[in-house]
Amino acid sequence: MESYFKPEDLSKFPNVSEFGEDLAKKFFDYYGAVFAEGALTSREKSLIALAVSHTVQCPYCIDAYSHDALEKGCSEEQMMEAVHVATAIRGGASLVHGVQMMNHVKKVSM
Amino acid sequence: MKSLNFRHSELSIANEQIKILNKFSDRSFNSQLNKSGIEKLVSRKVEIFQINLGKMCNQTCKHCHVDAGPDRKEIMTRDTMQLCLEKLSGTDIPAVDLTGGAPELNPDFRWFIVELKKMNRHIMVRCNLTIILSNPKFNDLPEFFAENNIEVVSSLPYYQKTNTDRQRGEGVFDKSIKALQMLNEIGYGKNGSGLILNLVYNPAGAFLPAPQHSLETDFKKELLDKFGIVFNNLYTITNMPVSRFLEYLIDSGNYEYYMEKLINSFNAAAAKNVMCTNTISIGWDGYLYDCDFNQMLEMKVLNNEKAHINNFDLTYLDTREIITGQHCFGCTAGAGSSCGGATS
Repeated sequence: MESYFKPEDLSKFPNVSEFGEDLAKKFFDYYGAVFAEGALTSREKSLIALAVSHTVQCPYCIDAYSHDALEKGCSEEQMMEAVHVATAIRGGASLVHGVQMMNHVKKVSM
Repeated sequence: MKSLNFRHSELSIANEQIKILNKFSDRSFNSQLNKSGIEKLVSRKVEIFQINLGKMCNQTCKHCHVDAGPDRKEIMTRDTMQLCLEKLSGTDIPAVDLTGGAPELNPDFRWFIVELKKMNRHIMVRCNLTIILSNPKFNDLPEFFAENNIEVVSSLPYYQKTNTDRQRGEGVFDKSIKALQMLNEIGYGKNGSGLILNLVYNPAGAFLPAPQHSLETDFKKELLDKFGIVFNNLYTITNMPVSRFLEYLIDSGNYEYYMEKLINSFNAAAAKNVMCTNTISIGWDGYLYDCDFNQMLEMKVLNNEKAHINNFDLTYLDTREIITGQHCFGCTAGAGSSCGGATS
């Protein structure tokens, strides 16, 4: 069945260099540096990436960082908590605009 | 769950497994070695005399490369053990690694340990933990291990129940915790006791192990905080695409993905330190193999005339060429994998 997202395309990610080598190289070098051990551990970065993957709703990223988190030794509970962090921020981002709604309602109401 | 052997599964036949492994990729393990500047794998010196005392086990783990279980009857006889003792006595091999199945189920297990101790070698037992609680006659194993200063190496796939039981069977985690507490009670894993307790982590699925050091830190914290358990080292071991783990990979649709992962994660530094370069693996029937995985794939050491404990020739074994196959990618992926954990 035709689909926009094909799991096998994830492993073809480096092939984007085919249409623009210089920028792809810069991106992948940067990407590698971002995920190296630093002030944050590579495991913490993996959990952040997992949460962000759910925020941007990228199927490739979700597959990649679910797997990566397992290979960093994360537990299923830790991974689900990361997803809830993303969910809370997304939900909170909507809900906090409720204040704007209330402001407007109060402004135009008697 | 029954063993592949009991179910007469095609995968219980070593050649069928090898066919499946060979079909997968045109990138052979040897060509990958060559690309990394390693012409072939050769033994550096035999330092570990690893003996499989039998395939019988009280557990039937989903990932078991031995296809061990309660329905396996293959067991090393006392005559073969005697031969092992004789051959070992003529060498300076410092360490003996006893494995299975559950090696403790061999009726001559304790006799063998006592005889080995007379040779003043370091002895490791790969104890699955639950064996200690499986029958009252095994309840004193911790004391027996301590009396003989055995290094205990035990599998615990995770510090949580769900992942552990999923891989090793319902109830295994709780029993393993109890057994670890019994080992701790007599000093195992405690500083200054001299009694070594090491744990082994296998991923509970089709992924590579986490970095050994960081996972060891997690295990130590979680097991101490939740159960008061201490241990010495954690070894991370990659699941090999052999036997029941191979069955799991195929049945779950993960086989191609996992093999691709192993091949793409080839690490030349890990390849230089694979365990076959310092180990000889002895099967329950006395045949000699380069490693435990070759043993399960029935790939004996290269020289057929010297492939049985009857014809044990350390001069040959110390410098022998290692037989490799596609499964070897399991030992060279990522940080590497061996019976002693990561290799790079």
